[in-house]
Amino acid sequence: MAVAMRVAAAGARLGVVVSGLRVAVRSLCSQPVSINERIENKRRAALLGGGQRRIEAQHKRGKLTARERISLLLDPGSFVESDMFVEHRCSDFGMAADKNKFPGDSVVTGRGRINGRLVYVFSQDFTVFGGSLSGAHAQKVCKIMDQAMTVGAPVIGLNDSGGARIQEGVESLAGYADIFLDTSYLFITGPDVVKSVTNEDVTQEELGGAKTHTTMSGVAHRAFENDIDALCNLREFFNYLPLSSQDPAPIRECHDPSDRLVPELDTIVPLESTKAYNMVDIIHSVVDEREFFEIMPNYAKNIIVGFARMNGRTVGIVGNQPKVASGCLDINSSVKGARFVRFCDAFNIPLITFVDVPGFLPGTAQEYGGIIRHGAKLLYAFAEATVPKVTVITRKAYGGAYDVMSSKHLCGDSNYAWPTAEIAVMGAKGAMEIIFKGHENVDAAQAEYINKFANPFPAAVRGFVDDIIQPSSTRVRICRDLDVLASKKVQRPWRKHANIPL
Amino acid sequence: MAGLWVGAASLISAGRRGQRSPHQLMRSAALWTLKHVSHCSRQHLIVSRNLCSAGYDSNEKTFDKILVANRGEIACRVIKTCKKMGIKTVAIHSDVDASSVHVKMADEAVCVGPAPTSKSYLNMDAIMEAIKKTRAQAVHPGYGFLSENKEFAKCLDADEAVRIAREIGYPVMIKASAGGGGKGMRIAWDDEETRDGFRFSSQEAASSFGDDRLLIEKFIDNPRHIEIQVLGDKHGNALWLNERECSIQRRNQKVVEEAPSIFLDSETRRAMGEQAVALAKAVQYSSAGTVEFLVDSKKNFYFLEMNTRLQVEHPVTECITGLDLVQEMIRVAKGYPLRHKQADIPINGWAVECRVYAEDPYKSFGLPSIGRLSQYQEPIHLPGVRVDSGIQPGSDISIYYDPMISKLITYGSDRTEALKRMEDALDNYVIRGVTHNIALLREVIINSRFIKGDINTKFLSDVYPDGFKGHKLTEDERSQLLAMAASLFVASQLRAQHFQGHENSRVPIVKPQVANWELSIKLNDEVHAVVASNSGPAFSVEVDGSKLNVTSTWNLASPLLSVNVDGTQRTIQCLSREAGGSMSIQFLGTVYKVHVLTKLAAELSEFMLEKVVEDTSSILRSPMPGMVVALSVKPGDMVKSVHCKAGDTVGEGDLLVELQ
Repeated sequence: MAVAMRVAAAGARLGVVVSGLRVAVRSLCSQPVSINERIENKRRAALLGGGQRRIEAQHKRGKLTARERISLLLDPGSFVESDMFVEHRCSDFGMAADKNKFPGDSVVTGRGRINGRLVYVFSQDFTVFGGSLSGAHAQKVCKIMDQAMTVGAPVIGLNDSGGARIQEGVESLAGYADIFLDTSYLFITGPDVVKSVTNEDVTQEELGGAKTHTTMSGVAHRAFENDIDALCNLREFFNYLPLSSQDPAPIRECHDPSDRLVPELDTIVPLESTKAYNMVDIIHSVVDEREFFEIMPNYAKNIIVGFARMNGRTVGIVGNQPKVASGCLDINSSVKGARFVRFCDAFNIPLITFVDVPGFLPGTAQEYGGIIRHGAKLLYAFAEATVPKVTVITRKAYGGAYDVMSSKHLCGDSNYAWPTAEIAVMGAKGAMEIIFKGHENVDAAQAEYINKFANPFPAAVRGFVDDIIQPSSTRVRICRDLDVLASKKVQRPWRKHANIPL
Repeated sequence: MAGLWVGAASLISAGRRGQRSPHQLMRSAALWTLKHVSHCSRQHLIVSRNLCSAGYDSNEKTFDKILVANRGEIACRVIKTCKKMGIKTVAIHSDVDASSVHVKMADEAVCVGPAPTSKSYLNMDAIMEAIKKTRAQAVHPGYGFLSENKEFAKCLDADEAVRIAREIGYPVMIKASAGGGGKGMRIAWDDEETRDGFRFSSQEAASSFGDDRLLIEKFIDNPRHIEIQVLGDKHGNALWLNERECSIQRRNQKVVEEAPSIFLDSETRRAMGEQAVALAKAVQYSSAGTVEFLVDSKKNFYFLEMNTRLQVEHPVTECITGLDLVQEMIRVAKGYPLRHKQADIPINGWAVECRVYAEDPYKSFGLPSIGRLSQYQEPIHLPGVRVDSGIQPGSDISIYYDPMISKLITYGSDRTEALKRMEDALDNYVIRGVTHNIALLREVIINSRFIKGDINTKFLSDVYPDGFKGHKLTEDERSQLLAMAASLFVASQLRAQHFQGHENSRVPIVKPQVANWELSIKLNDEVHAVVASNSGPAFSVEVDGSKLNVTSTWNLASPLLSVNVDGTQRTIQCLSREAGGSMSIQFLGTVYKVHVLTKLAAELSEFMLEKVVEDTSSILRSPMPGMVVALSVKPGDMVKSVHCKAGDTVGEGDLLVELQ
């Protein structure tokens, strides 16, 4: 704790220098000098968190401090801090000693602006007891959350914490429960606990590193190069979202004409239906300024989800990715898609769905894992969503997976097919193996099947798609539809909450 | 055979000729060829934008229907002239080219096979079938593919090659008879190099052209490559249409061409032209052809070969003479006499052609790149610009065909104007999705040696002995780039605060008031302090202490941005702009990566850990997309692991082999 001592001394020295300069001011003040000085000292101590040594240690790890992070996240000069003087209340294990008290404790909280828009923020301070969660820490976080709730503004949490403060025992656990939903953990139990329970040898990075959580577990939505990159991207991301579920999706100034034709889309779908192409190319071409903020880009890559804008208005994009597993839906992609669709619906963000799906992924792993259950989540999410829903079928839309992907049957508002669309129960080859098993003239039958079903007409004549559109006109069609659908209203009968198949 | 074939029969008969001794062949390939194609003619076409205003006489009936046995820009080029002349066209295509531009332009199209050229564009049986089926009366082969005479060369072995090379005298050049485009070419200085060159060239020729036959010819060191365009008819007339200077080459493939040549005086020009015409007349050549010469520093010229076909670089000749070469080819093929006399052939102004390739100029002046043109916009809105291309937004540049994107031609009253227009055209050319060579082209045309006309076929390796590294910014240019990057950054930051209807928003927006944006911009590992402030679209930017005024529309959606920096008009392209501050800006042809951070973020970025750079000393990655032809190692012999096998298609940067 020598560290804390030295820093406190440094803080005091600074305080003295400043107070020396303020003699004239002080003499005019009605407050007793000692109080002003104490305020000043506390503020300075709070600004240093766990002290210079720990700040340096944090920097050495390539990490920024809680306050540095806030300064990059928010518009310059917009941060208004609260609870700078809050301290922890623990007295066990010598925690009551002055050297173990830090004004503000292990979290910095307050409000500020991102591109002028209001946001509440808490940023855990790893330099104070490893950012661990004390009762005071939890109380500070809950306070700004409550305030955010009353004004209808979002909360951003910057987490950098070792976990619950062990010295505090049950009080900190109560705090956990309060903010549990708004924190994401790198792991529930660390490598040591894993070793003692399951005898697995695993490093911290393997167990809960960025790569694990963005590629395997799906716990984290994006990983960034470093703190600065992450915070810049967070500002960018924030601009896509409304302040609350009560507000419409924001419309940012747009330089990209809404009637721009996209000729490069007319040739993007390969002639052979088994050949892959990159659905992200289509998304980039259609959306404003080729800007697409992809969520979970490295997890369940057979489905693409993310935010973009159409004529300035935020939209959520869902697309099958033919490049990965032919764009089949499986457990992970269904859950990824469902979560995203519900997020968009919760925050009034219209959904644009690009469909090229040959079906659900077959196999025991999928069936035993409950693909029916998980696939139902995506179906349910689309069906329940009341935001504007525009769907474009670029190629395959086979079987049950077709239904799931924001089809007309799930109350899509505008459902379009490109001329290359094939809306059918299954592909021609698979159908032949079932209908004409053992027959001789399968080729002729297959040709007939392709002629009859491997095109957009069967769906179009039944009204399952509203129109067959030229790919180059996709952007203008979507932009016009969204203009009209801006006033869409759907009344649902009251219920406590919907019953998504979890 | 390489001309315009009239009638299907001649195509077949042409294909059966050609048993000559290699010796004669090497000496007189073009002559020999021409003797057998006297009834064949050649055509070329022109293009757009009134640069070439060759008239068309609708009373002069030629053909009803021509089959264009080629793809890409040259097929489009030929089809355009056919359309102008009221001739119906038939395109042939491979399956992957089914929706390409030349297929859409033609009146009819026939698929002649799968992607590999040997199975489609060189597939004689399928093309014959297409001719029969469509009843085309003539075939225009363009250049490359069938236009290359496959008959005049005969199989020879390495010993014969050495014997011939000795006879000619070293150095010699060994090249694919079917080729062009620098593929399958080797220079040999002695017997051993001849043997090696023979082996490599025939392999390369076989895989690229489906024909492993070779030519051996005298190689003149440090020459200029200047060629004379000739045009003959079936009545014994022939013209020379001035010269083209084609000295800027890499790996023996032309990159920048111009007409006329800055090097020739009218006397030399006439001497070369008259020799070329004499040659054409001697072989009764009746089409458009090219007589290539090497010219040494004393203006001595040496006959190289005659190309009995339309050349890639023919547009520069069309620009300065006003002739439509394809149209003339079609006319004379039908038997009409030439419409011009030698005295009618002018040199009007100056024309420059840049071959825009999908390739990476930073690797050996250009290793092929592949990809899909996610965005594509030709600079045809500018004056004096002609673009011959066969692609459109969304087109694929594949490993199967030549990676040429287009031929960019600019034309002006003199060389200076033509070159200035080329600079602008290159700056305004939007090509996204594939790596391209615009940086190299732009550097060549502004190089002081090039401007003086001090060029030869070794220009690139002389000027860039350590390889091409992109444009080297002067101090002023660097300040301009930084000022534009800063303005662009601030413009996008300000735009991020502009929301529609925010006045009515439930929670009011409080825009941050920043009078001076203090920024830190990293360029080429150097960090520059930049302060920007704006009043509307006008920015005042202080870069390393000096002030610049920057104005633009700051349209963040447009691929091109016209920016005025202290009175100088610049066209830049912002290729990418990431939230983390990274930007790629194409400026003066070269793409610069800049990293823009606020001063605060830059200070804090000092604490960020350096990303670990991959250790490439023990791994081998593919330098370019392509196919693995052979693999001579297996795990255990010097290498730890092998990640490919013969026949694999690999992308650029793919891991091939890990060394021990």
